[in-house]
Amino acid sequence: MKPIIRVENLGKQYRIGERETAYATLRETLTRAAKAPLNRIRKVWQSGIEGLRRSNGRGSRDGHRANRFWALKEVNFEVPPGEVLGIIGRNGAGKSTLLKILSRITEPTAGQADLYGRVGSLLEVGTGFHYELTGRENTFLNGAILGMGRREIERKFDEIVDFAGISEFIDTPVKRYSSGMYVRLAFAVAAHLDTEILLVDEVLAVGDAAFQRRCFAKMQQVRSGGRTIVFVSHNMSAVRRICTVGMLLDRGVIRAWGDINAVADEYLASTTSEDGRMSRAETASFVVHQATICSPGADVIKPFGPVEVRVDATAKTDIRTPGLYLGFLTLEGLRIAGLDLRDFCSPPLLRAGRTAQLGFLIESLPLLPGTYHCELYLKDPASQKAEQVPQLLQFEVAETPVYGGRKLNYWFGSVGLKAAPVYSIGSPSVQMKT
Amino acid sequence: MTIPTTTDCPDLNGLFGTAVAEPYTDISDPTPHPLPKEPLVTIRPSRTRVPLNLRDLWAYRELLYFLVWRDVKVRYKQTFLGVAWAVIQPLFTMLVFTLFFGKLAGMPSEGIPYPIFAYAGLLPWTFFANAISSSGNSIVGSQNLITKVYFPRMIIPGAAVAAGLVDFAIAFVLLIGLMVWYQVMPTWSILMLPVLTFLTCLLATGVGMWMSALNVKYRDVCYALPFMMQLWMFLSPIIYPPTIVPGRWRWALALNPLTGIIDGYRAALFGRSFDWTALTISALVTLAFLTYAAYYFRRMEKTFADII
Repeated sequence: MKPIIRVENLGKQYRIGERETAYATLRETLTRAAKAPLNRIRKVWQSGIEGLRRSNGRGSRDGHRANRFWALKEVNFEVPPGEVLGIIGRNGAGKSTLLKILSRITEPTAGQADLYGRVGSLLEVGTGFHYELTGRENTFLNGAILGMGRREIERKFDEIVDFAGISEFIDTPVKRYSSGMYVRLAFAVAAHLDTEILLVDEVLAVGDAAFQRRCFAKMQQVRSGGRTIVFVSHNMSAVRRICTVGMLLDRGVIRAWGDINAVADEYLASTTSEDGRMSRAETASFVVHQATICSPGADVIKPFGPVEVRVDATAKTDIRTPGLYLGFLTLEGLRIAGLDLRDFCSPPLLRAGRTAQLGFLIESLPLLPGTYHCELYLKDPASQKAEQVPQLLQFEVAETPVYGGRKLNYWFGSVGLKAAPVYSIGSPSVQMKT
Repeated sequence: MTIPTTTDCPDLNGLFGTAVAEPYTDISDPTPHPLPKEPLVTIRPSRTRVPLNLRDLWAYRELLYFLVWRDVKVRYKQTFLGVAWAVIQPLFTMLVFTLFFGKLAGMPSEGIPYPIFAYAGLLPWTFFANAISSSGNSIVGSQNLITKVYFPRMIIPGAAVAAGLVDFAIAFVLLIGLMVWYQVMPTWSILMLPVLTFLTCLLATGVGMWMSALNVKYRDVCYALPFMMQLWMFLSPIIYPPTIVPGRWRWALALNPLTGIIDGYRAALFGRSFDWTALTISALVTLAFLTYAAYYFRRMEKTFADII
């Protein structure tokens, strides 16, 4: 299918420090201008006629290349209409730069992008909102800034106010709004932008749970309307839920492209490569060569996914019944779950100097996305030994949608529950007194 | 009432791991439009010559309207005296000038009472000076817009100038009052006023746009601007008639595009004959500068978001 967005060799170069100390003062420019001919003469003196030729052309610019860097380099991709592209990557990977180029806020240094449709960009909610103006006035102003016509805003006005759920405050200045109301109105305006291409940057991370659910529904509706969305986010659950294609950016270069779940897994695996593994450690009777926690056949550990924990240990002395205790802890040290190997099997004698593999295969680990610790005790119950491995094994449960994909906070704890909603009206067991 | 059991729950596994399809109600257009043959937007590094792209400017004319409307609304909402400020500024300047230049220094005023002579000059000048200072700072002040949304940036200084027109109109009411008080009868030449106002707008847009672009790169502009405007006021025939300058040097005065305009205002209001030479020079200088400023602005525009 013919793409709606085609990007070829796109690149953006920044001068280092350009963003921080952007504006020069007139004096600096004047001194530089005064010194430039002197520098040029010196260069000519040093390198003869050859240098003169170069300093007239591109050569002189090459001299300053050292303090420049490419925020994006040779980026090529195509998005067919109706797809939702999720751009992920660490901070400074070039995600926002790419979005800013596509929305024409900043200009690329190289390459080209063709967009076969009108573009709406939501890099921030409430761009141009003015505190003194009322909700109604801001709706019109913000709509116009986002590129909607006056008629269009008038037509959608009721729908916008309804979506934001602030109809009784619509003629109040927004400075009197709570931050939630403010954000809801701002998002409502943006959500009603009717362009074929929508560029969205992290705006979903706003509002309360109910509002977030409505935002998700709106995004899904936009998607089923056949429009194309480019979505930048750090929230992997949101990305997995909304997007169809994924792009992983790393230092300005596309690292991975394709199915969103695969790309998100690759990103998470790359950020947690140090985790889930413990190098050499020693206790009184064991030498631990390594300990690992991973999901068999997968890059990352997911909620309710299978998990394998393995410890390779050499006995320093004879161990009569080798054993292992495995505890799962939160980062605060709260014990969530524990397993003891002797409840499952009783291994035979392990001679001194021999290495054993101990561990567990856990069918489903019901932990919510987040970082956890594994605590390990190597044991010999027969001789009343329980020696704690002096390091904790840290691992990450990847961000994957749980409970419909909303952002999980403190209130959800660490353990995931498989649950179904129950709701009905008019229970016979509870009678209202009249 | 029945309590649903797990078997009643249609898709428990669907709640986890995979995305749940949301029931959507209104899909106005489930099939995507056929794509246009040519891209609507092509993004590439601009060449050395940047076109003005007036069509884009026209497409965003409603935004211009909304920005002007915002500026006006916010100004009158936030100030205690509100609309009165539009009159206070030129009125009090006029009173002070009348006292010092009219009475004490005995400045000639071409047979017109000095207060109304000065006010007729101060009216366009106040508009001009305010328009330039607000549009000169407009781009730097709209940082939040420039780094977040695309639209032709020229709209920002343009809106700042246009918002000043409201003050101009209010201050004009006082001029009518003064004309009644001093019994100055308007003639048909008053029809030239809209033309002169338009010319003032063009000049203010040109200078303001140029200053606003310079201001992004050199923050010196916001310090230099008030000082420069003060000098410019004394170099323009506002407190004195152009006839005060010896004939040999009259051409130098006419190079200042405001000379023809301010003199034109007085001619239009007091029914005197127009100095067409000065007015033509003003118009030409204004157009030339506006064109230069527009191209300069367009060339600088692409770096705004990066360096602001």
